[in-house]
Order: sequence, then structure tokens, then C-alpha cells
Amino acid sequence: MAGFLTSRLFFVSLALVIIAATLPLYVSGYVLGLLTVAFYFGVFAMAWDLLFGFAGEVNFGPTFLIGVGAYTAGILNAQFGWSVYLCIVLGALASVIAGLVLALPALRVRGPYFGLTTLVAVLMLQNFIVVFADLTGGEIGLTIPDVITINAGANYWIALGFMTISAAILYGLSQSPVGLVLQASGQDPVQAGALGFNIVKHKLAAFIVSAFFSGLSGALLVFYFGTASVGTVVDVAVGVNVIVSAVLGGRRTVLGAALGAIFLIVAGEFLRPTGELATFIVSAVALLVVLFFPGGFLGAALSREARS
Amino acid sequence: MRAFQILIDGFAISALYALGATGFTLIFGVSGVLNLSHGAIMVAAAVAAWAAASVLNVGTYAGALIGVAVALLTAFATYFAVVKPIQDSRRIPNEEKEIFVLTGTLLWGIMIQELIAYFFTNNAKTVLPIVEGVVEILGVRTPKNEIFTAIVCCLVIALLWLLVNRTRTGKAVLAASMNPRGVTLLGLELTNIYIVVWAIYGILAGIAGVLLGMFLGVSSYSVGPLTASAFSIVVLGGLGSVSGSLIAAFVVGYLETLTAYLVSPAYRTIPALLLLVFVMYIRPQGLLGRR
Repeated sequence: MAGFLTSRLFFVSLALVIIAATLPLYVSGYVLGLLTVAFYFGVFAMAWDLLFGFAGEVNFGPTFLIGVGAYTAGILNAQFGWSVYLCIVLGALASVIAGLVLALPALRVRGPYFGLTTLVAVLMLQNFIVVFADLTGGEIGLTIPDVITINAGANYWIALGFMTISAAILYGLSQSPVGLVLQASGQDPVQAGALGFNIVKHKLAAFIVSAFFSGLSGALLVFYFGTASVGTVVDVAVGVNVIVSAVLGGRRTVLGAALGAIFLIVAGEFLRPTGELATFIVSAVALLVVLFFPGGFLGAALSREARS
Repeated sequence: MRAFQILIDGFAISALYALGATGFTLIFGVSGVLNLSHGAIMVAAAVAAWAAASVLNVGTYAGALIGVAVALLTAFATYFAVVKPIQDSRRIPNEEKEIFVLTGTLLWGIMIQELIAYFFTNNAKTVLPIVEGVVEILGVRTPKNEIFTAIVCCLVIALLWLLVNRTRTGKAVLAASMNPRGVTLLGLELTNIYIVVWAIYGILAGIAGVLLGMFLGVSSYSVGPLTASAFSIVVLGGLGSVSGSLIAAFVVGYLETLTAYLVSPAYRTIPALLLLVFVMYIRPQGLLGRR
């Protein structure tokens, strides 16, 4: 940890955060809105990377955790009128419970089987939302009466601060002894177990942390949007974006995942003039990165630094 | 009356699912690849058949052939442009190749889907059926096309069985799925076997796609659900087990049809998903899985 505080990565990150924090002084509300969403997405991608990059669990359903957090917060606010902050906390807690539910099969099955279980979890949540339309707003979505604030600058700072704190915690965790045990149990569970580490306990912890941040970010996002819908927080396509962000930015780097998410959302916006081809171009770029720079943006940069 | 209707409709759907899932499971069994662009390849076949028959007016038979050919080409493109480079890459550690193949084929599938949406719009397309008209079976008015679909599916699966169990190439494929290293030691080129498997896969996915286009119609939105249903059928039956997939396809097909008729079409997919979760808990390797 002490090494990190003097490393180049730390200073680059610090500089980026400081520059980002001053943005509301001179860019338009439109750019701020875009980046606010991108920052919440960054947290989704970092939480996913903790599970995949470190615990070695291929979670195809990040939106299960995100969606449970987002919808719990949204429903409690819209149907029962509870206060925004209480709803956000309860949303994150609900997501932790969802994370535990998801962790149960992960401790039994591995690889593609676990991946499928998580995908099924998303499809079930989606069906549940559509079936209980009275409670959840169904396919149209749930309109949420309260928001944290309507000031674009304040929203931006909340998102940036939230992402920075999450990044610090998740990155710190990944570099800590706990993170190393996680990495070991992800790569070779038998050997890690033979060395005397409790794999089950560590994996459960990874699921809880990942779910907590996904749910918290999802809950904050719905109070920013003022609406919760399947298309924005649950759909498999949203989950795909989270996974692509993490792989694009560099798996097993945590911070890279946030970069990937910001890139993906900003690039999608820049390509808007190309109309329907935007998704095609983003996917093609992502595929090229996967094929030619499997380490992702940050992975490629870090390995170059290590070599020189 | 209703029971017969469920029996007949369920059979056609199940046979179609079975055909779609067999190729998927064959590739996994032989080369360990889970191809998440599966749905996109099926839709590409159906849209090509639709475009050839309805826009270029080449006739239904030629249209269907063009559809299958397009699926074959797309399958080869998937293998050579996405799967093989990842498998051969030295920069990707072996234990992570699985997730890279999954991510790569997923992105590839999205690219195909977006291209289809761009050139042919998102509208649902129904391929002109090869046989038209309606017959009455056991008091149920059934489109001839539905019977045709079921027959073609069963025939193709039977042909596949003959190919794998009775020909030299098929036996090599079977051997590769059991022990790839053993096959190379016997002097067979593994890459050639993979190419054969991808060719079989392309043809199967193409036929399934074209039939689906005639039976239910497709749009670029069907890509995700098609991949997901093939994936769940294959996992339910046991990854890599062709006979397991066939059984699972019929279980899922009938469960969906039963739910749609007896409960509500809105809940169609839920029982199958619940069954899948249940099976994964008590028997993670699937019905006939080998692990």
C-alpha cells in the first residue's frame, strides 16, 4: 500500500480526479450529465472486476446485483415514500442479500455453469419485474418522485466522489492480503485451500463487497435518473456493457474497469451522429482490443511501464 | 383437443430448439468453445433467406439455401476471425481463454446483430414458408409448415447421428471430443477437425434459423433470447452431450408450450428457468453431463 502512494499510477489517478473535480466550472451541463452516468457505470465495472479478476468468478449477470439495489431503492421511495438516503442504504443492503443468493451456486459450480446461473438470475429478475408490474412499473419503468438534487454540478460531484471512494476501497482491497488470497483461490482453489486459506469465506466476502458497491451505485443511479427501468439497470445488454468495460479497461486492475466504462459511454455519445452504427463501432473496437491487447488499456500501459 | 394442440405445437417448437442446440453443444464438446454469437448466426440465416426470397425473388427453395449458406460463411468467419485468434494467442493465459472466447463471440454477435438492424431494420421478418396450407390432425388445425419444420428437424438430427457415428470424418470428430491429444497422436490434424465441426455447426444453425424464420419469424431483437435459450438447453442437458441436449430441448419446449397455453404466454419462459436453476443446484453437470 505504501508503495502505491508513491507510484506513478497513484499520481496519475490523483491528477485525473483533481482535473475531473474542476470540470463543472467550465463545461456544459450536458457533458456533466454524461460523465455522471459514466462514473456510476465505472463503479459497476470495478465491482464486477473484483469478482472476475480476483475471485475468478465469471459473473454474466452484474445487472442482477445492480437491478436489485436499484429497484429496491426505487420501490421503497415510490410506493412507500421513504426518504432518499434510507432507500439508498436499504437498496445496497438488498443487493448484498442478492449477492449472497448468487454466491450459493458459485460455491458449488464453476466456469460456464456459474456464468449461466448468473445469466438466469438476470432473466428471472427481468420476468419478476414484468410480472409484478403493479409494484415495479413493469416494462414502462418506475417513476421515482424524489431525487438527491437537481443541480447538475452537485450530481456530478456526488458521482465523482462516490466513484473515487469506491475505487480507493476496491483497489485497496485488491492489493491487500485478502485480495491476494482471493486471486490465489480464483486461479487454483485446491492449492489455495491446501495452503490453509478459507476459500469459501474469502469468496463470500468478495461477493458481498461486489454486491454492496453494485447495489449502492444502482440505487444512486435511479435517484439521478428519477426513474428505474429494465432497459437502464437490468437488461442483459447493460450487463454486457459492464463486462466489456472491465475487459476493455484491463481486467484484474480495478481502476482500468472505471476507465473502460467512461470510455465506453463517452465513445457511444461521440458516435451518436453515426446513428444505428454506433453500437457496431463500439463493439468492433472492443473486439479488436480483446483480440490484440488482451490486457486492456491499463494492462497495456502498466506492462509497458514495467518493461521500461 | 387442447391436449393435442399442446402436443403438436410443443413438438414442433421442441424439434426446432433441439436442432438449434445440437450444433452449439457439438462445438463445445469438441473444442470447448461456447459460441455466444449463436443467436446472431441463426438470425443472419433467417434474414438472408427472407431477403433472397422476398426482395430478390429467387424463390423459397433457393432462398432457404442462401440462408443456410450465409450461416455457414458466418460460422467460418466466427471461427477464423474471433475464436481461432484467441485460442492461438500467446498473450492470453490458457485458463482465461474461456472468458475471452465468451466475450469475443458475444461482441461478434452484437456486431452481426447491429449490421442486420442497420441494413434490414429491426422489424420482424417472416420467411415465406416452403409448404403452405393447413391440415387437420386429431381435430387440431395445424399449418403444414409446422409439420414440415418438425420433419426437417428430425431428419437433419438423424443425418447428423449417421454422420458422427457411421463416417470416418464423424468418428474423428467424436474422437476429438473424447481426447484431442489422442487424435493428434494418430496423425489427424486437429484444426481440420475443428473446421469440419464449425461447418456442421454452420449448416445446423442455418437450417434452424431459416425454419425459425418460416415458423415464428425473427428480428434482430431475437438474437439475445435465441442464444440464451440454446445456452440453457445445452446446460440443462449437460454441456457437450448431444443426446442430453435433445432431451433438454423437448423438456424446455413442452414446458414453455404448456405454460403458454395453460397459464399465460407472458409467463412462458419462467418455469424453464426455474427448472434450470433447480437442476444446476442438485446436478450441476446437467442431465447427461460427463463431469
